[in-house]
Amino acid sequence: MYNFDVEKPATIVDAVQAMTREEAQPLSGGQTLIPTLKARLAAPSVLVSLSGIDEMKGVCKDDAAGRLCIGGATTHADVMREAADHYPALASLAARIGDPAVRNRGTIGGSLANNDPSACYPAGALASGATIVTNAREIAADEYFQGMFTTALEEGEIVTEVKFPVPEAAHYEKFLQPASRFPLVAAFVAKFSDGVRVAITGASNDGVFRWSEAEAALASNFSADAVGGLSIDGSDMINDLHGTGAYRAHLVGVMTKRAVAAIS
Amino acid sequence: MPKDGGIGASSKRREDVRFLTGAGNYTDDINIRGQAHVFFLRSDVAHGTLSNVDVTAAAEMPGVVQIFTGEDFAEVGSIPCGWQVTDKHGEVMQEPRHPVLADGKVRHVGEPIAAVVAETLEQARDAAEAIVVDIDELPAVVNMKDAVKEGATKVHDDLTSNLCYDWGFVEENKGAVDQAFKDAAHVTSLELVNNRLVANPMEPRVAVGDYARGDGQHTLYTTSQNPHVIRLLMGAFVLGIPEHKLRVVAPDVGGGFGTKIFHYQEEAFCTFAAKACNRPVKWTSSRSEAFMSDAHGRDHVTKIELALDKDHNFTALRTDTYANMGAYLSTFAPSVPTWLHGTLMAGNYKTPLIYVNVKAVFTNTVPVDAYRGAGRPEATYQLERLVDKTAHELGVDPIALRRQNFITEFPYATPVAVEYDTGDYVATMDKLEEMADIAGFKKRREASEAKGKLRGFGVNCYIEACGIAPSNLVGQLGARAGLYESATVRVNATGGLVVMTGSHSHGQGHETSFAQVVADMIGIDENMVEIVHGDTDKVPMGMGTYGSRSIAVGGSAMVRATEKIIAKAKKIASHLLEASETDIELKDGAFSVAGTDKSVAWGDVTLAAYVPHNYPLEDIEPGLEETAFYDPSNFTYPSGAYACEVELDPETGQVTIERFSAADDFGNIINPMIVTGQVHGGLAQGIGQALMENCAYDSDGQLLSASYMDYAMPRASDLPFYDVDHSCQTPCTHNPLGVKGCGEAGAIGSPPSVVNAVLDAMRSGGHDVAHIDMPVSPARVWAAMNG
Repeated sequence: MYNFDVEKPATIVDAVQAMTREEAQPLSGGQTLIPTLKARLAAPSVLVSLSGIDEMKGVCKDDAAGRLCIGGATTHADVMREAADHYPALASLAARIGDPAVRNRGTIGGSLANNDPSACYPAGALASGATIVTNAREIAADEYFQGMFTTALEEGEIVTEVKFPVPEAAHYEKFLQPASRFPLVAAFVAKFSDGVRVAITGASNDGVFRWSEAEAALASNFSADAVGGLSIDGSDMINDLHGTGAYRAHLVGVMTKRAVAAIS
Repeated sequence: MPKDGGIGASSKRREDVRFLTGAGNYTDDINIRGQAHVFFLRSDVAHGTLSNVDVTAAAEMPGVVQIFTGEDFAEVGSIPCGWQVTDKHGEVMQEPRHPVLADGKVRHVGEPIAAVVAETLEQARDAAEAIVVDIDELPAVVNMKDAVKEGATKVHDDLTSNLCYDWGFVEENKGAVDQAFKDAAHVTSLELVNNRLVANPMEPRVAVGDYARGDGQHTLYTTSQNPHVIRLLMGAFVLGIPEHKLRVVAPDVGGGFGTKIFHYQEEAFCTFAAKACNRPVKWTSSRSEAFMSDAHGRDHVTKIELALDKDHNFTALRTDTYANMGAYLSTFAPSVPTWLHGTLMAGNYKTPLIYVNVKAVFTNTVPVDAYRGAGRPEATYQLERLVDKTAHELGVDPIALRRQNFITEFPYATPVAVEYDTGDYVATMDKLEEMADIAGFKKRREASEAKGKLRGFGVNCYIEACGIAPSNLVGQLGARAGLYESATVRVNATGGLVVMTGSHSHGQGHETSFAQVVADMIGIDENMVEIVHGDTDKVPMGMGTYGSRSIAVGGSAMVRATEKIIAKAKKIASHLLEASETDIELKDGAFSVAGTDKSVAWGDVTLAAYVPHNYPLEDIEPGLEETAFYDPSNFTYPSGAYACEVELDPETGQVTIERFSAADDFGNIINPMIVTGQVHGGLAQGIGQALMENCAYDSDGQLLSASYMDYAMPRASDLPFYDVDHSCQTPCTHNPLGVKGCGEAGAIGSPPSVVNAVLDAMRSGGHDVAHIDMPVSPARVWAAMNG
């Protein structure tokens, strides 16, 4: 990797200040960024580590709206443990990211800021209708995800917290890409009293997306049968060594159906 | 009852203590005072002309010691190929020059263009980025069949075409084979791909070159399976260093699987640069470099056909294979699709007529060479897939068809030039049927179907030729090396022994199993025997470890040397016991006079050898050290039968392996636990090839599976609990231990049964798919069932 400075602020305010330095790059769990640096594919002049900011860590349910609030620097392993009683489907999603080493370093904020088209958390956040809280504002998930590796975050903006409305029932169904073990396709289905949200990751060249046809079908009939007959166009889906767009489109249906079956 | 030591005991692997507690001494652990680091600037295009390599700016970068380009190696030899194949017209193969650093052209992604030696690796990388390289890109040659078409772009301008050789075997049989096909009652044909693999040993390759200005002595520390071979190839053919001025050390090596047999440019570079820079020079491959510079494995495209008479007897077999050589000929590449592949095409069957055609092709890809099994997995896969397909076409039981055509009398001379000394294919199949619980399959299938899954059962046999093999024979076949093995047994005064073996252990457990053999022969504790390997200054000229040859060839050399030790020790004992030498018996570490209670301990004899106060000095020399070289009279022929049971999710195409049974015949066995472990490892790699692993290039010659993000390695959770048995034992008739070798069996024997099982599962779901290529990934299975 190239040389860089490291700052390790203890508060969000200090982190935001540090991010004003030229070519500063926030470093959360580093599970994507560190390999990228080692491969010399990025050359930030300053890494601003977020792992020393206590106010960005932990899971709580003290939000007035009853939402589950997770600090941006909370590791997947901590979400797996601390969210288990409040939002088991989300805890299960966290528990199945990568391997123990990844889960003990990687963070929810880092995952959402990176918005890898095959990451797990974007599906959980989008299907839950979560609110992404930054140092500057609150962004609804529907506005936050803007395409592969693209989000609504501005330069220097840090994901400090994510607020999850807790659905009546939810399930994350994931089909693994055999090499990376990222989702080849995964579906997060969240059933709320006023509707159903379905988010798909791994499949689209545009990153995570809501499958509105499935949502509509499930809103009137929440059963695996309701989505069994649906199909989705694979022509703009990811086509690589591990599966064609058509295969991914097929898996979107299967994963969604199975997620629904798990909770209906 | 398990023995508590010696031959047949499951002694725990003594080397594991250091491997598992961080006390190993791997090549990357070697750091020499004053060493510099090298970074190789590698081509990111598959094919092109190097119009400019300008190092001027880079040379001024901080920490740079020296930068080398192809021009610096103009006077240096080509990386040699160790095997010359003669084609069906009697012409020798086309053999291109293989430069240490690219000269004038780049021919695959990953080929080194320049090398920066600097104080630190990061400085070397920084400087490498400042090298200006201009490449005029040429069309990449990737597809083998396109590569040999008239007018195709040539990988090597100075060769007549991209065809390395067109091999026919046995050429004289071709007419009879073709006639048998005309006369056949049934012919089954199959086209298939044996997928390209990356070996991926846990330890990447490393080379450290050192040069002693005082005495002109070169030392290369390297991750090699055969340090003497590297010393000979690099010293004699590349750098012109006489062997007495060159020491090659391969210390603890973390897995080889074939890809560490070969002599690589980086080894020659570090040795050369250490003298040129007068500094030790170290290179440690990154995992990314390993993907694009370690020799790959497999990569065959084959059409195979079987002719049968009306009674379903196999009457003839013919094959037509394209074998990818990559851009250059790696050390043993030409031998893999020919003598390690064509000679195995009889398999376990008494097919009387066989003809094998192999076209070896140059492409703009990483060189391809031996990988665990090397040629034999390709032969087994074709044949065992074909026999299965034949059975389904004929509507007969695949096991019954195999049994009907088994070779049952030994020795058996195949129509492809080899003679199997022993085997019992009926016995291994009987054992397999028992292990696989075929009777219970129906219930297990019903249980799977109740869950919405399909279940399939597949079986295959295999034969392999191990312990490569008589030097005079392989010389006739084109080997540019002998294939004996050596051992020196040095007995110390106090009775302990050191065995210096030309075999090399890179995970196989030789330090344990070799010691068991010697301890057993003398009747002493295994811990009195130390095994030394991997250093050309310590060990006599040896040929190293590959092709499951260590115990069969290296072990035999060690036995021969130990026999000499025992013979001499008996002479000493007869003197001490004042008895005739012919009356001396060695048992449990003591020499006794037959029929008396007179005896002398092993330690008293060894002490006498080195403190010869009471010693027959007029008859024998002091000391107790013997060397033997062993050149086998034949290959060994391990064989077996494997069964795989899969569950298939028809909605996703996901295949999981639910049961895997392996019945092997390895002849006599030294350490059953180590043998089981070797089979487990081989199965992991065979199942990995069948289900997951795939090294893929795009049409521009870019490596698509260039990291673990896209190259799917099997993990423990992908593999079942294996059921492994090696109780069927027909000892080898021509080596002193009666052993056959076990290192490659799992990788050779497992892919066909996996694919056969997957096809069986698909058929049970109403999808009559004739063939599916490996890896049988979920996407491919789904496509095959919905195509």
